[in-house]
Formats: sequence, structure tokens, C-alpha cells
Amino acid sequence: MARETEDLAQFRAELRSWMEENCPQEMRDGGNTEGNICWGGKNWKFQSEAQKTWLERCVTKGYTVPTWPVAYGGAGLNRDQEKIFHEELKRINGRLPLQSFGIWMLGPALLHFGTEEQKLHYLPPIARGEIRWCQGYSEPGAGSDLASVQTKGEDKGDHWVINGQKVWTSYADKADWIFALVRTDRDAPKHKGISFILIDMETEGVSTRPIRLISGASPFCETFFDDAVVPKEQVVGEINRGWDVAKYLLTHERTMISGGGQGLGGGRSLGAVLSEEEHGLEDPVLRSDAMRAEVDALAISLTLERYKDMAEAGQGTGNASAMLKYMGTELNKQRHELIMAAGGSDALEWDDGRAPNWLRTKANSIEGGTSEVMLGIISKRVLGLPG
Amino acid sequence: MAKLVKSEEEVMLADAARGFLDGAAPVAHLRGLRDAGKTHDPSLWKEMADMGWAGILVPEDAGGSDMGYAAAAVLAEEMGKTLVSSPFLSTAVIAATALRQVADDRAKDALSKIASGEITYALAIDESNKFDPQATDLKAEKVGNGFRLTGEKRFVVDGGLADRLLVLAKTDAGLTLFDIPADRAGVERTPQSMIDSRDAAKVAFDGVEANGEDVVGNVDDAMSVLKPALEAGQAVLAAEVAGVAAGAFGMTVEYLKERKQFGVQIGTFQALQHRAAHLWCETEVTASAILHAGRKLDEDPENATLAVSLAKARATATASLAVREGVQMHGGIGMTDDFDMGFYMKRARVTAEWLGDYGYHAAQVAKLRGF
Repeated sequence: MARETEDLAQFRAELRSWMEENCPQEMRDGGNTEGNICWGGKNWKFQSEAQKTWLERCVTKGYTVPTWPVAYGGAGLNRDQEKIFHEELKRINGRLPLQSFGIWMLGPALLHFGTEEQKLHYLPPIARGEIRWCQGYSEPGAGSDLASVQTKGEDKGDHWVINGQKVWTSYADKADWIFALVRTDRDAPKHKGISFILIDMETEGVSTRPIRLISGASPFCETFFDDAVVPKEQVVGEINRGWDVAKYLLTHERTMISGGGQGLGGGRSLGAVLSEEEHGLEDPVLRSDAMRAEVDALAISLTLERYKDMAEAGQGTGNASAMLKYMGTELNKQRHELIMAAGGSDALEWDDGRAPNWLRTKANSIEGGTSEVMLGIISKRVLGLPG
Repeated sequence: MAKLVKSEEEVMLADAARGFLDGAAPVAHLRGLRDAGKTHDPSLWKEMADMGWAGILVPEDAGGSDMGYAAAAVLAEEMGKTLVSSPFLSTAVIAATALRQVADDRAKDALSKIASGEITYALAIDESNKFDPQATDLKAEKVGNGFRLTGEKRFVVDGGLADRLLVLAKTDAGLTLFDIPADRAGVERTPQSMIDSRDAAKVAFDGVEANGEDVVGNVDDAMSVLKPALEAGQAVLAAEVAGVAAGAFGMTVEYLKERKQFGVQIGTFQALQHRAAHLWCETEVTASAILHAGRKLDEDPENATLAVSLAKARATATASLAVREGVQMHGGIGMTDDFDMGFYMKRARVTAEWLGDYGYHAAQVAKLRGF
């Protein structure tokens, strides 16, 4: 390994000692699982005192959103420092202090499209874990064809009146605010009449209903808007140009979903996981499939690294997220097929937990744009194929 | 580790190589050699040596440019795109890497002759139909102060054209690597007519005399010089193979835009669009593994095995898909010898086997990942 520059080495040393001193032992249990995530928000109930302490300490340093500018609650880390941050957190098996759609999706969109006033107003509460956001994109009639959203926003001078229905709004029942795509010009072409609007979930006329999935209870909800009144200034970017914001945000969402293929790179190898089963990797077919999956997982995780390096070097990776999303989610589905196969009948009981995870992964290649939509994007925008 | 982005120098090197190869060695060049019954063009290799390619891994004090493995991979990828036939991998990568593990005058002299293009090498390692260095059976019997080599090697890539052979042999307490001239008494070379029209030979050793001078590194300890050489060869070959995939893929995408059936360009068909897009994704993912392997060999060569095997496995699989889709999407014309796609398919198949196939390298990855 090449030697780190002196600055980075010093940064690492300081961070290491800070983490040693400040990360509670309970938060060093091997990283995050679906069940132990700290999502934050007005109604958040901390799962332990340690979870609360860890969040508060990270907030003071900006470590909940390490790369955001200090002015908006971040730590202003560059890419090298960010890498070190995650390496050091992993070294102590530490959990992320906070995760949320605000951090993953809305934050990057606001940093790019928001006014200074909006950034100062909305970003710090995300960084501090005080406001929890959800995403209002899909509708019953707007899935893969997202730009055909029909939820309607009527211009009433100083406010919008919003009517319509969103679906697949993850954690809408727990979120404080929603960022939503709303049709604000019905006469314009479909991509040119959408606005990106921020809506308080406590607004009168906003209600939610959870959706049960094949994997059981889920965070997904339907969200209804019934004459909801929303102040005019709560639009990100220009009115009727919300599709630009939506697309930008989707690239972040897709990259996030692709990285959700657990075990990539530094994660546990699939072979190690499967070897713990009663019959391990004795079956040559299973073994061979697992070997292929491991080869692909390592290469995809290197690709994630490479694209981050390219972005930092100012090289365009505009359509990279479609590729990562497609490859990462297809691989993740495959991993869970193998986990189920290795688990045999042990994995078939609901209480075992593997089956719900396996079933849930089937959504990975649907949510955030289906695999087929990703391939369509690549064939048109990267390969320049006609039609 | 250095970033997983091609540096400015690497981009310039690629551009320069592309410029030269498009003129001097397009696919038509390989076709011409094949039609003339040849496997090699010494004048092309001379030009490459004059540009410094032969010495890209030779230390500067031996007349090379010592640019490192990532740079060698950049060259190899460009060569792969037009299926350039040259002893680059055998000589400039594998032999140069083996020889530079040794700090003696003989090795330095050999390295300087590699850099100048004066000598070419081939690695004689396979004895069965699969790559397996540990299963070496060719014996180097101790006789007086020297050795006598007896046995047979096959799929010795560039073994027909090479001036010298690096031969892996079994000695009393292990394996030993010998560096001997290809015309030494008792060496018999039989050219193999390969599907990719490239040079390869079966080489029989019938009591070939060798002495201590001919040993690369130490007796019974071939792997300390051979392991780095093999890993360099595998990583740079992987880059060439990625180039082969890119070449086949580029032709295919162009064809999808040109070819009309049912009154429209066939690239308008979603069935083909999605397959082409999938193939592009595979090439992108493989590119990361290739670049990473080069960086790893340059910066942390002791621990590069995983990175190298990952690169070779991925490149092999991607090229295989690229040439299969290439022929299928071209339809009938893809099956004709007049069309270049077949050359890509054949080169992909040969490189799939050379220096370890997909299964060999996937098994390496699995072993290192705790399977």
C-alpha cells in the first residue's frame, strides 16, 4: 500500500483516537443491520442510551454527514478523508450514527439545487437526526413511467393545494416530511410540468396507510394528499423543472441501492457465510454458483470505488448509477438465492429471518427504477442505440 | 493506493498506442499473417521495442522505462482491441518480471536485451491440458555440476518464435526455473497450429544439458521468481482480454446501429438493446478489476494474488460473453471468415485457457475469501 500523506495520516490518527474515546462499546457490535439503524426524526425512540450518545457525539463533529460542508452540519471531509472515516469506523466494528433518506437522497439534491436559505433551513436538522424524510415519487399509475405522475398541485398564489396519491413511500408513517413529485402544469409535456415539493407530513389532508409485502410487514406505505395546503416557497429548483431534481436524486438512490448488496468488498464473503450451514458448500453446484457470485461481488465493489474516484477526478459518471444499480441488485438477489439454498429447510421458517430477507431482495431490481429501465437508460444514453 | 482512474500518463500512453496500432496492426494485420502462414511479424515487434514497449517493465539501469504493471496493462488492452500478434506478454511482461526478481549480471544482461528487442522469450510451463504449475513433471536431474532436463511441455505460447525458453522443471527438493536458449541441443520444438493464429509450440526436452548459470533465482525455489512473473502475466493478459472484449463489443454496437431488418435498425429492438447494455455493464465491472490488479502489482505485489485472479476471471468471462453475443448479434455474417468477429472469438478462447482458466482463478478467489 502506498504511504498516506502526512496530512491524511494525522487525520487518521486523530479520528482513531476520537472514535476510541467516543464510540460507546454497544455501538461496536459489527456494524449496522436493518434492525439497529438509527433513523432519527421527531418521533424517534432511541433503542439504547448508547445509540443516543453516539448520535449526539457524532453530530457535534459533523460525522453523521461527513462530506457535507460544515455550515450545513457536516464535517467537510474530502473523498480521501471520507474513505478513512469509513475504514476507521469499520476498524472498531462501529455502527453508522445515523442513516436516513434525508442523508442519502434529499441532502445531495438540496446541496445541488437548493437555495442558500433552503440549505441552511433543511440540511442541519437532517444532519442532527431531528427531521426524518420520506420520498414521494411512485404512484399507482406511475411506476417505471415515473414522469407520468398525476398528483396535482394547484397554484393558489402564495400556496399550493395538493391532491393525489403516492405509493411505495418507505416509512411514510414514521417520517416528518416528504419530498414529492407533483404535477404543477398539466398542459406542458410530461417531463416539463413537474415540481419537486417539500411537504410537512403533519399538514392537514396528508395521510398514510402501510403496505404488506410478500416478505411480510414492510416500511412501504401509500400516502394520500387531500387538499393539502403547502407554502409556495417549498419548491426545490425551478417550478415545473422538478424532473431535473428528481433525476439527480435518483442517481443517488440507485447508487445507494446498488451498494446495499451487503458483503461487497470489505463485507463478509459469501463463502464464509454459506460455509457455516449444516452442509456448507459440499454441493458442487452451490459452491460453483457461490464462487461466481463472489468474483462478481468483489469486482462490483471495486467498480463502486472506481466510479467514486472518477467523480472526484471530475470525470463524468452520469450513467454510472444505472449500471451499478442493475449489477448490484441483480447480484444481491443472487446472493440471497444462494443463502436460501445453503440454508435448506432451516431457512424456510418465518422466524428464521432469512426468507423475509430473500423475498425483500426481489424488490431491489424494481425500486428506484427496474433493471429493465436501467438497461434502457444504458442502451440509449451510453451506447447511443436508436429508438 | 493510487486512484482507480487512469492517470494522465496512462491515458496518453493508451492514445499513443492506439494511434500506432490502428496504422501498423489493425485486425487485418493478423489476418494477413495467418493467410501467409505466419504467426509473428518481427518487424512489428522491432517497432514496438523501438517505442519502448519491450522495456516497459525493465529497470532503467538495464535500458528499460520501468513504467510498471498498470502501464503495461494499458498497452496490452490496446493490443487486445485489434488482436495484435506480438511476443509482448511472454517477453516484456512474464520473462522481464521473472528476470528482474534476480540481481545478477546475467539477468541484467538478459533484461537489457529484452528492452532492446534483441531477444524474445516463451514460458514453458504447461504439461497437461490445464494450467497447473505445481503438477510439473519435467525432470531436471542433477548430473555432476549441472542438470539434465527431460520431459515435454505444451501450449508454450510464443514457443515457436522465441529465442529463449523459461522452463519450469522438477528438481530434487522442489521446482526450479531454467532460462535456456531455444536452440540448445536436445530441445525439439513442434509448432502448434492454434485457432487464434498466434504462435505456440510443443517443446520436448531430451536430456537437455543445463548448468547453474541457467537457473533463474535459486534451485528448488522457482516460485519466488515465477510467482511474480505469473501474476504479472495473468494481470496483463487480463487487460489484453478486456481489450479483446472491447474490440468485439465495439463492432457489435456499431452493427446494431447500421444493420436494418424489418425496415428498421436492429438496434431499435429491445431484446438486443438490453443484451448489449448488459454486456456493457459487464465490461465496466471488469475494467475496475483490471485497473485494480495493475495498481496492486505496482504498489503491493506481495499481496496481489486476489486482485490478479479476480481480474483474469472477470476478463475471461466478459470476453467470452462479448464474442458469443458478437457472433449472435451479427447473425450470418458473424459466422463468415471474411468478417473479423471470428478472430475475436478464437483469441478469447485461447486466452481463456492461457495462464489459468476461469475455474482456476475463481478457485483462487474463493480460497482467499475463506470458502
